[in-house]
Amino acid sequence: MESLDKSKFRIIGIDESEAETIVRPNLTYWQDAWRRLKQNKVAIFSLFLLILLFLLCIFGPYIGPDYKFQDMSVRNQGPSAAHWFGTDTLGRDLFSRLWIGGRVSLSIGFVGTLIEVIIGCIYGGISGYFGGSVDDVMMRIVEILNSIPYMIVVIILSVILKPGIVSLLLALCITGWTGMARMVRGQVMQLKESEYILAAKALGSDSNRIIFKHLIPNTIGIIIVYTTFDIPSFIFAEAFLSFIGLGIQPPKTSWGALCSYGQQTMDFYPHQLLFPALAICITMLAFNLLGDGLRDALDPKLRQ
Amino acid sequence: MGKLLEVKDLRVSFHTYAGEVKAVRGVSFELNEGETLAIVGESGCGKSITSKSILRLIPSPPGDIKKESQILYKDKDILKMNEKELRMLRGGEISMIFQDPMTSLNPTMKIGKQIAENLIVHRGMNKKEAIKEAVKMLQMVGIPNAQERVNQYPHQFSGGMRQRVMIAIALACNPKILIADEPTTALDVTIQAQIMDLMKELQNNLGTAIILITHDLGVVASIAHRIQVMYAGMVVERGTTDEIFYNPKHPYTWALLKSVPRLETKHKDTLYSIKGTPPDLLKPPVGCPFASRCEYCMEICKEQMPKPTKISDTQEVSCFLLHPNAPKVEPPQGIGGKL
Amino acid sequence: MMNENLIEVKNLKKYFKISKHDILKAVDNVSFNIRKGETLGLVGESGCGKTTCGRTVLGLYEATDGEILFKGKDISKLRGNEKKEFTKNAQIIFQDPYASLDARMTVGDIIAEGIDIHNLHTGKERTEKIYELLSLVGLNKEHASRFPHEFSGGQRQRIGIARALAVEPEFIVCDEPISALDVSIQAQVVNLLINLQRNLGLTYLFIAHDLSMVKHISDRVGVMYLGNLVELASSGVLYDKPLHPYTQALLSAIPIPDPDVSRTRKRIMLEGEVPSPINPKPGCRFAPRCKYAKPICKEVDPVLKEVEKDHFVSCHLY
Repeated sequence: MESLDKSKFRIIGIDESEAETIVRPNLTYWQDAWRRLKQNKVAIFSLFLLILLFLLCIFGPYIGPDYKFQDMSVRNQGPSAAHWFGTDTLGRDLFSRLWIGGRVSLSIGFVGTLIEVIIGCIYGGISGYFGGSVDDVMMRIVEILNSIPYMIVVIILSVILKPGIVSLLLALCITGWTGMARMVRGQVMQLKESEYILAAKALGSDSNRIIFKHLIPNTIGIIIVYTTFDIPSFIFAEAFLSFIGLGIQPPKTSWGALCSYGQQTMDFYPHQLLFPALAICITMLAFNLLGDGLRDALDPKLRQ
Repeated sequence: MGKLLEVKDLRVSFHTYAGEVKAVRGVSFELNEGETLAIVGESGCGKSITSKSILRLIPSPPGDIKKESQILYKDKDILKMNEKELRMLRGGEISMIFQDPMTSLNPTMKIGKQIAENLIVHRGMNKKEAIKEAVKMLQMVGIPNAQERVNQYPHQFSGGMRQRVMIAIALACNPKILIADEPTTALDVTIQAQIMDLMKELQNNLGTAIILITHDLGVVASIAHRIQVMYAGMVVERGTTDEIFYNPKHPYTWALLKSVPRLETKHKDTLYSIKGTPPDLLKPPVGCPFASRCEYCMEICKEQMPKPTKISDTQEVSCFLLHPNAPKVEPPQGIGGKL
Repeated sequence: MMNENLIEVKNLKKYFKISKHDILKAVDNVSFNIRKGETLGLVGESGCGKTTCGRTVLGLYEATDGEILFKGKDISKLRGNEKKEFTKNAQIIFQDPYASLDARMTVGDIIAEGIDIHNLHTGKERTEKIYELLSLVGLNKEHASRFPHEFSGGQRQRIGIARALAVEPEFIVCDEPISALDVSIQAQVVNLLINLQRNLGLTYLFIAHDLSMVKHISDRVGVMYLGNLVELASSGVLYDKPLHPYTQALLSAIPIPDPDVSRTRKRIMLEGEVPSPINPKPGCRFAPRCKYAKPICKEVDPVLKEVEKDHFVSCHLY
């Protein structure tokens, strides 16, 4: 063995403070999730696209002419410097109309999902947390609601109520929350058996504390992911209903309504269909890809 | 006894967001025909990763086996094998059993078929022969009513029985090496003893070499021929079972031996325990990895990595206490010599 | 001085209904008492009902039948404030150091959970208490703002202990606190538990399947098999002179960390495995695996009787 400085061979024993140090950076759940989301290029690009779409929906209508302004001299024009996305059969600027329609479509997506999350979480949470016969009754109700054909409910509601945003939302939400409720119930049932919940019970905590301190924070990640996948399905449902004439009525418009008009002149002026259809496609795709990214980022199992 | 497997300078890293975690840092050892080598260490010391590397079961990314590493099986480098050679190696020449038998069995497939599958792939049997052989295998690992149980599903077996089935699957093709990664950790003491006895008996009958990975020195005393103690991705001491138990030289081995409570220890005496936690291999220490938890730590230990010192033909220790300049340290009471 | 009973369990039964005809008898007619300041060990293989027993004693599961008295009061009859007071006095440490800590809370908040529930301290006092508890279990202040996944198994287990200690309990159920840990770390946790007992006068119900650790920490040890308590004695006596055939087999299976001894040792090998606790047959539960079984064993349930002073066994041989 090589010669080494003799003075270094002195027993110094254990430095207690050193033996338990943690060298890794201190990251909260959200910081860690954001770090992992950032690694997913596709999800970040989708997020960027969605932000761009929102900004256009907010500011887009102010860039061009008013969306209700009819100029018969410029009917059915293709895209040009004056009308970026062309005009429709009544000479209205399609660029402005697209973003006004986007406002309606996106708001229905967000408001609908919000209502669904609120009802679904409360309903599913109660059902899962209390279990037993409460759960049995509540889940049977969900099953009954699920067995009613959704189209029939929507059509009946649109006929009874005046067609418009409110009746559309009501129709979409009346059965739409059941999926969320089932998901939350499943999560809660699984979590409530976990040892940390048992530990909280042993410490004497009441249901309120268990729900707000443990169950909600631990399900919120999955709810966010589920929500990201739900928003596009609301947008899609709205587009579909407006397309068949049960949704938004003129002079208001939405992406579905725009598609519906565009379809009538599709053979001659395909751009009238193309732009709103493209907007729907991009939004749906971006939400789905972002949802995929979020699912990976928020999965507690993937935390190291 | 010929050399069967030789691992040379194995280095494995995992790439994580926080940086490169050097899980295995230069491990070399060999395995002879028909012997049992126990690899002992705490969780995170790299013992499982070492064993998985032998079958190239490390997912990449994030895992990364460094270029300088070599794993020679019968003088052929496993790390350079192509997919076909690997398939023949896995299950045919070297097989592995894991800690949790439930997750390593396919829940939707009958037990007999799971054993037969291997036989069909590696030994070219037809289905009928293979099932017949599967019954024999189940009898060999001590499962009663084997004839009926081949047609059952994993959930119909208890934990100990499942581990027996895993051993049957692993031994189906008469492998030269069996790697057992904590095979009894998830089992109860009485079952643990049964499985250990079974492995010992099978080795006597079949001559399979076994690499046994565990965190419990107590378990290996009766079965291992040689023991290798790992800490923070390195081998700190190796020797025959008697050398490790009766003449250990590394403070970590002392600590491991002392922390096992014996039935003779006085009631409620403070047990010997190793303070603190192992170092995070994201930033492995420059010196001896055990330095921060070692009672005999010297200044030199924090500055340099000790080199392996030969004690006998079979025993080798990496510790500065064996340096001629070091003060003479007696192992703590109760360690070394006949117990 | 140690004669005052803190916990008395009388004929405790806990059944789970699996289906219309299947009843899982997890704990069947178990009686024992725990004196103030002592540690009662409870050993047995998985599925023997020791965990269910521990949780029922704390009132986390509702007992099917029988009584659990804490300081002479039946815990199933506690209501409101009395019940809350009981949770402050009786605590639990869990087996799995990964599942028993909420991954979304900081270690400080986890430890302070009991403090918050019972409104023991607030503001600066609360922070001080967290630091004090952390240092009590050998961790430091910086760890309070960290999240559980950053800690090793042994460290997490110590966080679990700190959480239980926060409410200053008298009685702690240790539900296999060391089974999931490495051997080298087990000693750390056991030493900590013993020191805490000495300094704070705690009473433990220590549940484990590792007999050598149980012997070390317990004053008395009870052996469970398929929901029954088969033997109960002081730990020295139980290990030196086990009476029940199951206890004898269990003891002989302990691995001995000495190659010469363990190579030559004769073990009592048990045939087969633990049968299912669903709809058990009448008679001694151990009879099908017992080499001393007599016809009576398969017909009549043996009762726990005192064979020698403070040595109880439930077997027809005695």
